[in-house]
Amino acid sequence: MIVRSRTFRVAAALTAVALASAACSGGGREKTDESTTGGGGNAAGSSGYTIAFITHETPGDTFWDKVKNGAQQAAKDTGVTLKYSNDPEAPKQAVLIQNAVDSKVNGIATTLVTPDALAGAVKSAIDAGIPVVGFNSGIDQYKKLGALMYFGSDETLAGTTAGKRLAEQGAKHPLCVIQQTGSVALEARCAGVKSSVPGTENIQVNGADDAAVTTTLQAKLAQDKSIDAIVTLGAPQAIDAIKAKDQSGSQAKLVTFDLNQEAAQDIKDGKILFSIDQQPYVQGYMAVTSLYLNLKNGNDIGGGNAVLTGPSFVDSSNIDKILPFTKNNTR
Amino acid sequence: MTQTTVEAPAPPAGRVRLGLSNRLLARPEIGALVAAIIIFIFFLILAPSFRSAESFFTVLYQSSVIGIVAVGVGLLMIGGEFDLSAGVIVYTAGLANSMFCWYFGVNLWVGAFISLALCLLIGFLNGYLVMRTGIPSFLITLGTFFVLQGANLGVTKLVTGTVSSTDVSQIAGYDSLGKVFSSSFKVGSVTIWTSVIWWFLFVALATWALQRTRVGNWIFAVGGNADSARAVGVPVMRTKIGLFMTVSFLGWFVGMHQLYRFNTLQAGGGVGNEFIYIIAAVVGGTLLTGGYGNAIGVAIGAFIFGMTSLGIIYAGWDPNWFKAFLGVMLLLAVLVNLYVKRMSTMRRAGS
Repeated sequence: MIVRSRTFRVAAALTAVALASAACSGGGREKTDESTTGGGGNAAGSSGYTIAFITHETPGDTFWDKVKNGAQQAAKDTGVTLKYSNDPEAPKQAVLIQNAVDSKVNGIATTLVTPDALAGAVKSAIDAGIPVVGFNSGIDQYKKLGALMYFGSDETLAGTTAGKRLAEQGAKHPLCVIQQTGSVALEARCAGVKSSVPGTENIQVNGADDAAVTTTLQAKLAQDKSIDAIVTLGAPQAIDAIKAKDQSGSQAKLVTFDLNQEAAQDIKDGKILFSIDQQPYVQGYMAVTSLYLNLKNGNDIGGGNAVLTGPSFVDSSNIDKILPFTKNNTR
Repeated sequence: MTQTTVEAPAPPAGRVRLGLSNRLLARPEIGALVAAIIIFIFFLILAPSFRSAESFFTVLYQSSVIGIVAVGVGLLMIGGEFDLSAGVIVYTAGLANSMFCWYFGVNLWVGAFISLALCLLIGFLNGYLVMRTGIPSFLITLGTFFVLQGANLGVTKLVTGTVSSTDVSQIAGYDSLGKVFSSSFKVGSVTIWTSVIWWFLFVALATWALQRTRVGNWIFAVGGNADSARAVGVPVMRTKIGLFMTVSFLGWFVGMHQLYRFNTLQAGGGVGNEFIYIIAAVVGGTLLTGGYGNAIGVAIGAFIFGMTSLGIIYAGWDPNWFKAFLGVMLLLAVLVNLYVKRMSTMRRAGS
């Protein structure tokens, strides 16, 4: 057994050497000192508070990844112990909130995507004397549920503003690309765009398959040549839309919600006109920080109103500043 | 859409003709072919923008991305097994290649082969576990499906710090791999993707293997009745494991296509496609219980799926109803398929 494991180790070492010697190819990872990234801050739990952070994230979404990064950084900065949990289904999210109440956390930050389903669990938290902060979704209902503060974007407002900017560019017939069927937030964005540009048309695509998104958009652009703008509701779909435009020779303007590294580069290259960013990192960061301030100092942020984290526009005028942040996965 | 049944050749009552038509009707793909032609004509009439060579090749491209893996899934189903991990393995393949090369800074070809080895290993494990434990492949591969789904996310997050892989377009080997897996060329105004040609090639290869080789006979035998197959000396274990590995090989192939066409992949991708592959195989006349079907049928099944999903867009129907339309068209395809097949068996019973 020992001999075998030694052979294995030798083999592993040889492989490593081979890889290291082959590691001259460009475009790979930039080898940075791991310890410098995200350093600083206090040790977890040094402030003595525990905060439960609950979302309706579907695993694998780049957007939620940034929310989580923001929350983790805030926890580090304030010395809070963060308990992250998520479930896309409303009843299960309610159970997660209840779990947090039962484990007697000091504060709860939660998305309020399905306010009616979560109302009971939120109430039991408040009854137990645990402060609750809403973020990301539930802007109209958070007060009614008893949450203290709210950090997020108004999806309809974001859509309306995006639509206005498109109208200024002369767009008459935008195509709004919905990558997840039946999502209230996504429908609200498209409805917002439509309220600014009445000629807006929606289309459903399968967000889990880039090839399917591309061909669907390609087909739509061939079917209706009068489409003069495309609004994607997520950054990965914007990349697919660029491919579809190339294939079908369409001259439609492209704008997108949210950001990722590739989309940011495309904004710089002029392939995407602008992005409507709701700053997910800020949502996560503020939700945790506001709870910390409330627990520590009795603070209240927003003056009794929701704090808007968006819409923030990213276009050619400010992309140079923002591009590096997308590489850190914080914007 | 009831008038569509009229399109099917109605046999004159009474006498039964033997010969070509009868032999044609006995083939598994004939029902799917009739359904495909009907749906094709249907969209030609309803969707003006469907009537162009460009659109046809867009449909072919969409079909090829489904069809390549579906060929493998079809063969596996003829062999009597399922693979629910076939959708996710496409992304596992792409992610493995992309992240390995990005992390270690090596040529993408190295990663492509490592990814291939990984996929073949997963296929082997699927097959080996199914054969060794006797647990239905539906369950084993459901397990693999979940494992891969979780690993895709977990490993991607660990390696890149995000949930999508990094851009591979600047790493060495990108251009040559792009040529192999995801290049296109223009004939007039029509863009033809090489994936379509690869798809045809794989279908031809599978057809030849099923009809003309010993392995083909083994596949039908193990799917029909594994015990009798074993009794007459068919290497059941080897055949089935080989089939699982074929599926994962083809999944790898499409994964390479996805990676080199889109440069980055989202770690959560591919979920749900496993059923599309199975649907393509079943629409194409493959029996869910195994032992019956052929590769051309599966290809036609993938074509029906690609054509329907894009045809609805070309026709400009209300997008909210998309899935409902899709479901109706697929049901229609299966019904036509069944109708044609029943006619063929009736004829054979008559003769």
